Amino acid sequence: MTRWMVAALLVASVSLGACTRPDRFGGAGAGAGGVGGAGGLGGAGSLGGAGLPGVGTGALPGSAGDPASPAYFSQAVGDRVFFAVDQSTLSGPAIQTLDGQAQWLLTNASYLAVIEGHADEQGTREYNVALGARRANAVREYLISRGVPADRLRTISYGKERPVAVCSDEGCYSQNRRAVTVISAAGLS
Amino acid sequence: MNRIILALWAALLAAFALAHPVHSQGGPLSITITEGVIEPIPFAIPAFTVETGGAEGMAAQVAQVVAADLTGTGLFREIPASAFINPSLPFGTQPTFTDWTAINAQALISGAVAVSGNNLTVKFRLYDVFSGAELGEGLQFAGTVQGWRRMGHKVADAVYARITGEGGYFDSRVVFVSESGPKDARAKRLAIMDYDGANVQFLTQSGLLFAPRFSPDGSRVLYTSYESGVPAIYLLDVASVSQSRIPTEAGEMTFSPRFSPDGTRVIYSLTNGGNTDIFLAGLGGGATRLTSAPSIETAPSFSPDGSRIVFESDRSGTQQLYVMGAGGGEPTRISFGDGRYSTPVWSPRGDLIAFTKQGGGRFYIGVMRPDGSEERLLTSSFLDEGPTWAPNGRVLMFTRETQGASGAPAVYSVDVSGRNLRQVPTGGMASDPSWGPLLP
Repeated sequence: MTRWMVAALLVASVSLGACTRPDRFGGAGAGAGGVGGAGGLGGAGSLGGAGLPGVGTGALPGSAGDPASPAYFSQAVGDRVFFAVDQSTLSGPAIQTLDGQAQWLLTNASYLAVIEGHADEQGTREYNVALGARRANAVREYLISRGVPADRLRTISYGKERPVAVCSDEGCYSQNRRAVTVISAAGLS
Repeated sequence: MNRIILALWAALLAAFALAHPVHSQGGPLSITITEGVIEPIPFAIPAFTVETGGAEGMAAQVAQVVAADLTGTGLFREIPASAFINPSLPFGTQPTFTDWTAINAQALISGAVAVSGNNLTVKFRLYDVFSGAELGEGLQFAGTVQGWRRMGHKVADAVYARITGEGGYFDSRVVFVSESGPKDARAKRLAIMDYDGANVQFLTQSGLLFAPRFSPDGSRVLYTSYESGVPAIYLLDVASVSQSRIPTEAGEMTFSPRFSPDGTRVIYSLTNGGNTDIFLAGLGGGATRLTSAPSIETAPSFSPDGSRIVFESDRSGTQQLYVMGAGGGEPTRISFGDGRYSTPVWSPRGDLIAFTKQGGGRFYIGVMRPDGSEERLLTSSFLDEGPTWAPNGRVLMFTRETQGASGAPAVYSVDVSGRNLRQVPTGGMASDPSWGPLLP
């Protein structure tokens, strides 16, 4: 097994919990971040450390390999959760992702978050704005229940106005029915 | 009542399936027309008389607008000039009716055009060919050369009103959202156009905004924009294109506004936390809550007399239509068919409520009585939504969006009978039409 495969496996295991999906950073970005992310966790250092220098040492501050970076949050922790049709109930995988988000937000207390609620195109414009707000609020309420201060969490709904996947079938709709936690520095929001 | 009026009345009554009584005058009303299928009334519009030198082109253009308006209703059919026995009809001279009965023209439109500097004058007379009589009095419209299309619409509105007994709708404008860019990064800006898609002008810069709504007098527009970072309601003055934000509190999102029938107040949805309810406010603020349920209440629309409000709510588990008093209170559910009902909008005549319906993976535009009875679906496609009424309550426009990664929205119109579905030529992707009043 090469160190690249080890790194990839570790990323995959992180990703399972994070329920990552194709997102705005694209596949290539997620892969690159994953290598650094594995190193950042420290696990790759010990596994890949048998005389192989360099693993786990590549993370630049602020890059996806830096666990305190928003890029790490979006790629390794997972910045989004997904919903069933017309629902705002949090699924098991969504709760796992949100537990990771809560932990990250508690660890990195200088950051704020805006939770964006979205809907798929199978609905009228106004209703989807209200539905997106429900989804964003479900995420916000859960993060608050895990100890994240309410005043660090804002919500916004985009309804069906900003899909990430543009086909007209369930493969795309399931990616668009989402709530995305967008991290920003405290002074910037 | 003369013959073509009666014939068209019969046609309209059959098509709209209206229940109110007709003042019967015998024979002509017995014309049998299958519901939804109307034989259009043939009309002739000979070249308008040119009263000032150099106005030939203008005369032809104005007459073309008149003919296009009438033909576009699906209720009229233009007889081509090549069929005319005597193509010349000097304005003010008595027509030789046998020349027109011979080609089966039932309505004859005679006009005259004069241009003086920047001033344009259009006159017209309408004849009922088979009665051999003028229908109504001759009329004259005066305006500017730039407003030539409006003059044509004015003539067509008068012809339509005299023959159908309904108000016209051609001299009116529509505010809508002009869209550009890919599906996952649409840029949207407010635009205004004549009812037929002519004279498109932009009212805002590109951004993220939706669902403009005309004020009852057509001078102002309410819409929802993300300009401030959250969805909020803005008020735009059409003439000056100046805009202001309706005040909201931190943490609130507001959207889905409509004017009250007197134009002084706005009814809208407000989201706080995950809950969306309906509020009523003056244009400067001062909100009153009208609903307080944990469900989604949105898309409110006043009855034309201002006494009631129809809206959608998912309190039953899915989106359905409800009617409540203008001050709020316990609403009455009016939609009970299969599927989900949304975006209700009260007809300016008060007789019908148009809505979007969703079911079986398709969307429909439909109408029902304000008590929920007599539901009829008028259109069906992958995605139809957001109906808006013509000023006379006889035609609807709505958004139709096509399927897939290259899917694009367009504005369509359809008769309240379900006939005459047409795409409105907006010159690019367009959505969320709001039909303004008949212009003075």
